[in-house]
Amino acid sequence: MRKVMTGHKAVAEAMRQIEPDVVAVYPITPQSEIAEYYADYVHNGRVRTELVPVESEHSAMSACVGAAAAGGRVMTATASQGLALMVEILYIASSMRLPIVMALANRALSGPINIHCDHSDAYLARDAGAVQIFTESAQEAYDYTLIAQRLAERKGVSLPVIVNLDGFTLTHSVQVVEPLKDEVAKRFVGTYTPNYPLLDVEHPSTWGPFAMPDYYFELKRAQVAGMEAVPEAFLEIQKAYEEETGRKYQGYFEPYRLEDAERALVVMGSTAGTAKVVVDKLRDAGEKVGLLKMWMYRPFPYAAVAEALAGVKQVAVLDRALSFGAYGALYTDLAAAFVHRDQAPALVNYIYGLGGRDTTPEQLTQVFEEMSSVKPDQGLHYIGLRE
Amino acid sequence: MPNIKTLAARQEKQVRLTPGHSLCAGCAEPMVVRTVLNTIEDPVVVANATGCLEVATSRYPGTAWNVPWIHSAFENVAATITGVEAAYKGLTRMGKLNRRIRFIAFAGDGGTYDIGLQSLSGALERGHDFLYVCINNEAYMNTGVQRSSATPMCASATTSPVGEEIPGKPQDRKDLTAIVAAHHVPFVAQASVSNLIDLANKVERAMSYDGPKFLNVLATCPLGWRTQRDTAIPVAKLAVETRYWPLYEVAEGRYKVNYKPKKHVPVEEWLKIQGRFRHLFKTPEGKQRLEAFQAAVDRHWEDLLKKEKWTQEGDADEA
Repeated sequence: MRKVMTGHKAVAEAMRQIEPDVVAVYPITPQSEIAEYYADYVHNGRVRTELVPVESEHSAMSACVGAAAAGGRVMTATASQGLALMVEILYIASSMRLPIVMALANRALSGPINIHCDHSDAYLARDAGAVQIFTESAQEAYDYTLIAQRLAERKGVSLPVIVNLDGFTLTHSVQVVEPLKDEVAKRFVGTYTPNYPLLDVEHPSTWGPFAMPDYYFELKRAQVAGMEAVPEAFLEIQKAYEEETGRKYQGYFEPYRLEDAERALVVMGSTAGTAKVVVDKLRDAGEKVGLLKMWMYRPFPYAAVAEALAGVKQVAVLDRALSFGAYGALYTDLAAAFVHRDQAPALVNYIYGLGGRDTTPEQLTQVFEEMSSVKPDQGLHYIGLRE
Repeated sequence: MPNIKTLAARQEKQVRLTPGHSLCAGCAEPMVVRTVLNTIEDPVVVANATGCLEVATSRYPGTAWNVPWIHSAFENVAATITGVEAAYKGLTRMGKLNRRIRFIAFAGDGGTYDIGLQSLSGALERGHDFLYVCINNEAYMNTGVQRSSATPMCASATTSPVGEEIPGKPQDRKDLTAIVAAHHVPFVAQASVSNLIDLANKVERAMSYDGPKFLNVLATCPLGWRTQRDTAIPVAKLAVETRYWPLYEVAEGRYKVNYKPKKHVPVEEWLKIQGRFRHLFKTPEGKQRLEAFQAAVDRHWEDLLKKEKWTQEGDADEA
């Protein structure tokens, strides 16, 4: 049944349906509502989850690590500085192969302090070993929370998964969402059998040992194997979701009017919605333009992205965060995707929307217009910035 | 009440921390760990902060732990064990688990007094059912004897060296046991490796309560304190006899000093056998600092006796 709700409510509903054993969460704008909704479910007996209202995000992720190693199904949510505080322990969660699922209400990192959206938090955690999925709408945030749970717990993957949703733009705006019936969502997610749980006291296991140069490298390589198992599992779980719900999410990204496109944008998050409006308008005017919207950001689907953009002449890669002294992180991934290919589009890197700065259809139209005259390798370009 | 025989029998029956770890010769830590774990008969899950105990017992691919054990980071052992306990509660409520398991955290003074204090405070306030054991050797021994907020005044440490301008650590140590007691948790105590029966009794009393329990256990570090390797027990015993490290407990808010030395032994007796205080005995300024040290010990001891009197008298009034 279609309902009207915020992105936060959509995520909280998915969490209620998953009904994890433990939710450990700490408030931070713009994530707090997820914690509030979930506390409301717990305090009104709608879920049997043990809620751990921790004193910091560092402890939120630490409690998640303990709870997941114990054998529980575990979820959390955060944003910005909260994720920064978690990152130390997120690396440990990945190394322990703990399937913790986390909503990340994307918000700019300080300083200066700012509560609005950009992707600097997600980029900060980029190398932490967690799978990262970006979403465009409240509906996608809901659907991918369920998909993430199954992906995280998939044997062979067994990794934390971050579901990104743009702070305020998605978390607080009211959209039409069609949640699944509880029994359908629960059936899709299924039951969870943990590996070597601490609470199996008859079979004691040692978690988080100390590894010297003689073993550390091999243990990190084993984590790579977990990441390598993600792409195939991602497609399979999308397929299973379609079979269960009729909703089609097929691929690591959404190609939007990319066939025969000569110019294209690559973007992550809610700005894809704005970009689609622009693409439609330009297409109506006979211009061959398209869009590639990432869902699976980590692991990065290099070959598939390169394949999808192979025939495009110019590509503007939009990064919603800076990587000081370098190109944007998404741009460098795109560049890597094409580096061994004979045919590659001209790539240009735009930085946009920092600290919640609006990105308008007019600005994206202008990006399409100037794209063909911008020479590649000209450093960073900025959208909507007062110089 | 556990005695040496029952503890030894349990050690025979189930070795929870096995030999083969790489803690230093003469280290007090394994005695503390074994006494705690052998006092508890229920199955346990142990969490360990980063530190000597963790490094020396878990070198991959080996492990010295015969019980479920987890190490995550330095500052988060309280949050980690409370996560395990939360999963236990959640899984039990959902009908996926049905057995009694107890939860123990071990951390050093650095991981408790300093970097882990916030995590500990949060876990205490939330009321999780766990026992936290601070194995207190009064400095960051694992990283090379740097000063912590548990390091006593005047002690020489590698980040509070005895220099010409500043001779050792200028500040007094933090009273962490009092800080924990201020959380009004059911059971808080100080113990020492020199009295393992007292420690075992405290573990047993602690585990009779639901909710957070905390033990601050003085544990000699021959390397950091610069004492003889075979003197961990007598050195710690002298800390108790000089009233530097009182053995006491706070059960449901009532203070009880478990051991009151019959005669006043100057704290100097404890200080002079440790290399980290050697400089105090070489200069006239050192003598003044010794007096200040003794004054601080006396003040803390008197305060403790007052707390005992006030909280026990409350009992008498009610009666």
